[in-house]
Amino acid sequence: MPEESLVSLALTFRLAAVTTFVLLLAGVPLAWWLSQTRSRWRGVAGALVTLPVVLPPTVLGFYLLLLMGPHGPVGQFTRWMGLGLLPFTFAGLVVASVIQKLPFVVQPIQNAFEAMGRRPLEVAASLRASPLDAFFTVALPLARPGILTGAVLGFAHTVGEFGVVLMIGGNIPGVTRVAAVQIYNHVEAMEYAQAHLLAAVLLLLSFIAMQAVYFLNRNKVVVA
Amino acid sequence: MIEARFHLTRPGDPPFVLSVEVQAPSVGVTALFGASGSGKTTLLRAIAGLEKIAGGFLKIGEAVWQDQGIFVPTHQRPLGYVFQEASLFSHLSVRENLEYGARRSGGCDERQMQQTAEMLGIAHLLHRDPVTLSGGERQRVAIGRALLTRPQVLLMDEPLASLDQTRKREVLPYVQRLHRDLKIPVLYVSHSPDEVAQLADHIIVLEAGRVVACGPLGETLANVETPIRLGEEAGVVLEGCIGERDERWSLARVDFVGGGIWTRDTGCVMGARVRLRVLARDVSLSCEEPVGSSILNYFPCEIAGQTGDEHPGLLLVRLDVGGSPLLARLTRRSAEALGVVRGKRIWAQVKAAAVVG
Repeated sequence: MPEESLVSLALTFRLAAVTTFVLLLAGVPLAWWLSQTRSRWRGVAGALVTLPVVLPPTVLGFYLLLLMGPHGPVGQFTRWMGLGLLPFTFAGLVVASVIQKLPFVVQPIQNAFEAMGRRPLEVAASLRASPLDAFFTVALPLARPGILTGAVLGFAHTVGEFGVVLMIGGNIPGVTRVAAVQIYNHVEAMEYAQAHLLAAVLLLLSFIAMQAVYFLNRNKVVVA
Repeated sequence: MIEARFHLTRPGDPPFVLSVEVQAPSVGVTALFGASGSGKTTLLRAIAGLEKIAGGFLKIGEAVWQDQGIFVPTHQRPLGYVFQEASLFSHLSVRENLEYGARRSGGCDERQMQQTAEMLGIAHLLHRDPVTLSGGERQRVAIGRALLTRPQVLLMDEPLASLDQTRKREVLPYVQRLHRDLKIPVLYVSHSPDEVAQLADHIIVLEAGRVVACGPLGETLANVETPIRLGEEAGVVLEGCIGERDERWSLARVDFVGGGIWTRDTGCVMGARVRLRVLARDVSLSCEEPVGSSILNYFPCEIAGQTGDEHPGLLLVRLDVGGSPLLARLTRRSAEALGVVRGKRIWAQVKAAAVVG
């Protein structure tokens, strides 16, 4: 495999790993809140989280570019913090990917929390577990298949991302040129052999990810 | 003493109403008895703090768990709760399930764990995964898990209702044993007159969210002034002990205050304390001593009261057998023919009685 393909693959996996990590940190509490709250904001919050599923990546990328750019509020904030501007950097890619992939992570986790129902938490409370204690010792372990499914989906989706990356990150080798963009470049340059190689790697990876999801959900809810 | 006051109306058609002021003694099993929808589970959940009913009052012994400005959250209430379905944590083993509550309430003592496991017949299941247990085994583990938190009160929400007859018979003896051995009060929600007869010392009867009768089990069941609508299950529970065993005919006599009833010998030893359930439909009346009848048990008694039964043609008659109550169900026609009036001396025949524990 040519060097530039390897570089793009390494970058892709780094992006997917960091994104998945951030997604779990943000997604688990968010999914928990969505599954438990009776707030009237629940519907709005749920719609906002799910929006990227239907929103064209270029649209999301465009608005993020404006927000994080030198004239956008986020851009002015990151500059004020001394972080510079996020577009066309790896950090910018992570931010965009996290927002774009949030629904794929939040939904399976939220479903797992909801399928569990209130009963296990009531049992935990009757056994002297505080709400926080019950969250870590009962809710999280019971929702494990959902959390793993969310992580796999988030990772796999990020590996394949094209539109948002192109809008926010552009096409900088080693910084923002991920595998999907690299494939596009190869095809543009009529380098079909190289494109094949990278595409095959992504195909195989996606298949493995789906197998994992299937395996995790084969016996969905176990009630004892 | 457990004191609870809860008033709640939930919109609906018809609206759900719970309006109770109850007191339960601090020893023994108090049954919360009523049809489904009568509010008994809601009351139990309110006592556990799983349901927050504004304006309620709840005091267990000296501790106030709920009052104006006070609401002790469930996890800080020293109670044990057994749900209708066992609800074991499927990600933990049986032992870990038992330890979960014990650890959070002052440490887990291995000896106590073994004792509890043995009392409930689950000692051989400790290493198992809850999903591999039968329904009855799961419910016993759930009971053990609740007991190991060393609760000051045990709340049980129809713990046998989700089990089939066989499993029920498997779990019931363990619950009866709790009843004997436990020093803490138990609130036991049930809609089964059978379970109540076997387990309860006191009974609180709920109907459409209101208390219609409460008091010691024997008296309350036999009270014809505020009859509990039990239909075919109407009857009394007598406390007694085995006074004689007739091995030739496999019979045993249960002696209670005022008399003795011969019943099938269930293998109880002489002197053992037992409960005898006598259904009103199995008691008939006669003006003369009923000699030459196939019925073994008859005694003189006095009519203490009467009330209409659910069917317009039937009556429930309360009898006083030397201090113990009996209920007889007869048709209004027979009652008139016999001349049933309060204070009249009459013979009661008991066709069947069951030892229930």
